Amino acid sequence: MPDQVTERPVAGRPIDTRPVIELADVCRDFPSQPPVRALSHVSLRVGRGDYLAIVGPSGSGKSTLLNVLGLLDRPTSGHYRLDGTETTTLREKHRTRLRGQRIGFVFQSFHLLPHRSVVENVMLAEIYTGQPRAGRRGRALAALERVGLTHRVDFRPGRLSGGERQRAAIARALLGNPSLLLCDEPTGNLDSRNTEAVLGLFDELRAQGMTIVVITHEQEVSTRAGRRVRITDGTLLEE
Amino acid sequence: MDVRDLVGEAVAGMLARPVRSALTTLGTVLGITTLVVTLGVAATAGNQIVGRFDELVATAITVEVPETEHVPLVEWDAIDRLTRLRGVVSAAALAEGKDGANLPVRSNDLVDPARVTTQSLSVLAASTGLPEALRGRMVRGRFYDAGHVRRGDRVAVIGDQAARLLGVTRLDPAPAIFINGHAYTVIGVLGDLRRERNLGSAVIVPPTAGRRFGLRQVSRVLVNTDLGAAALITRQAPAALSPGNGDMLQVVAPPSPTRARDQAQEDVNALFLILGLVSLLVGAVGIANVTLVTVMERVAEIGLRRSLGAARRHIAAQFLLESTLIGLTGGVIGASVGVVAVVAVSAAKQWTPLLDARLAIAAPVAGALVGLLAGLYPAMRAARMEPADALR
Repeated sequence: MPDQVTERPVAGRPIDTRPVIELADVCRDFPSQPPVRALSHVSLRVGRGDYLAIVGPSGSGKSTLLNVLGLLDRPTSGHYRLDGTETTTLREKHRTRLRGQRIGFVFQSFHLLPHRSVVENVMLAEIYTGQPRAGRRGRALAALERVGLTHRVDFRPGRLSGGERQRAAIARALLGNPSLLLCDEPTGNLDSRNTEAVLGLFDELRAQGMTIVVITHEQEVSTRAGRRVRITDGTLLEE
Repeated sequence: MDVRDLVGEAVAGMLARPVRSALTTLGTVLGITTLVVTLGVAATAGNQIVGRFDELVATAITVEVPETEHVPLVEWDAIDRLTRLRGVVSAAALAEGKDGANLPVRSNDLVDPARVTTQSLSVLAASTGLPEALRGRMVRGRFYDAGHVRRGDRVAVIGDQAARLLGVTRLDPAPAIFINGHAYTVIGVLGDLRRERNLGSAVIVPPTAGRRFGLRQVSRVLVNTDLGAAALITRQAPAALSPGNGDMLQVVAPPSPTRARDQAQEDVNALFLILGLVSLLVGAVGIANVTLVTVMERVAEIGLRRSLGAARRHIAAQFLLESTLIGLTGGVIGASVGVVAVVAVSAAKQWTPLLDARLAIAAPVAGALVGLLAGLYPAMRAARMEPADALR
């Protein structure tokens, strides 16, 4: 399949032609009265280096899909392969490890620890992944350089602008070269200028070969993605 | 996860809310301080009490003199030989024969069938050193002296309880009491006895006066010695009191002080230990409460850590270590404050501070243990959180 080997290689990792995400007939039911089906027979394939936007109104199942994609939740039925690994049958500890090593999360509310410096927040990403302590600060600084935040290394998040906070969070997500950058409303708390800065950063990362999945309800964000799918009442439709 | 990372995260978590951590630590500080102070002061005070108790008991000797038909085994003046021995602080001879026990004593000669004016009191004859030998003092008046004895004066000294029974409240009118119908002038009231307290209800007369009541022979000799001299005096007293017949005297030596000390200290320690443990329990509840609140406040952080690859055990370990560190810090501060307090109390009371070194080491460990136990439930709650819920 030579057409799949088109993306740039990520530093230190051999070219991998497998799709990053393969969802096959995934359902997610919540046991309430009556039971709620948040995802209904969702199938999705995201190739390496894709930039995908998942759009949909509130309550459509976006967050459930993000949780399933991020290995934060298990589907009730169906299959989910991440980087070629079937995750639905994995034990909890293996899912946790896979999540730490392969997925970088970017949240709407940044989730930066307020009492830690920017670089310490970024370094946090390596604590649970088994990376050696030696050189951790250097790798965190490199990630911060990637997002253009080297001038704020020792600042506390409280002293950063919204855009800078999100860039710090992206740097944290990038540390360890994940296969997938999973972003949940990444510009939801940003003004238009900072939104543009973050989207520009996504463009750059995409150009570097990073696979990005953005869940958003903002038109501007979804149009910047190369590919867009819409979720409505738990059902996914390609646009 | 590297242990250094775990410790680093726990310390950072603790320092992230310094005021709260300090206030939480305060609970353990108070608990451990109370524990150390109570145990330390108990040991110190106990030692002091026991020391005094020992001093009282360890220096008191009683020589029992059997009654003989003709020549008494101990003469009244034998006390002078005894007091000359090195180590004897005070001594007195007593005659408490069967005849002298519980004689009718009344304070006036009136016979009133409507009132009980006659008391049945113990009457005994004693040598002049009795107040010192009883470790008491003259509450009122004076004790009779060698002159009274030599002249055979009909004087009496009564115990403070006997004085109350007989209604003797003042000595300036030279009140008389009637012992078995014989009038005696009360010249003193003896009280605050630390030895032979039952003599507080006795009537004491000079040996020369006691003959009238059959109190001729010395029946007991009370001896007080210097601290540490009791054993020596126990051996020497019989010969000094009754040369040639010393072996017929029975010397009651002080009991072993070690056993008494251990028992008293155990009693004191058990009481204070319970107090300290209750304080510590209060500290533990404080830590548990605050840690639980902290967990609830840090739900988003827990979610973030889970998204970064933290397993449940990592989350549990971090919160458990945080509460343990808070307990340990409280334990170290509490132990330090406690030791200083024990020394300060001892200095103020002019006591010798007595603190088990193991306590100073065990206190921080106890604090850490309290923190660990207090953090168990909150840590479990944190670890059980589903990452998707925590991030919501």
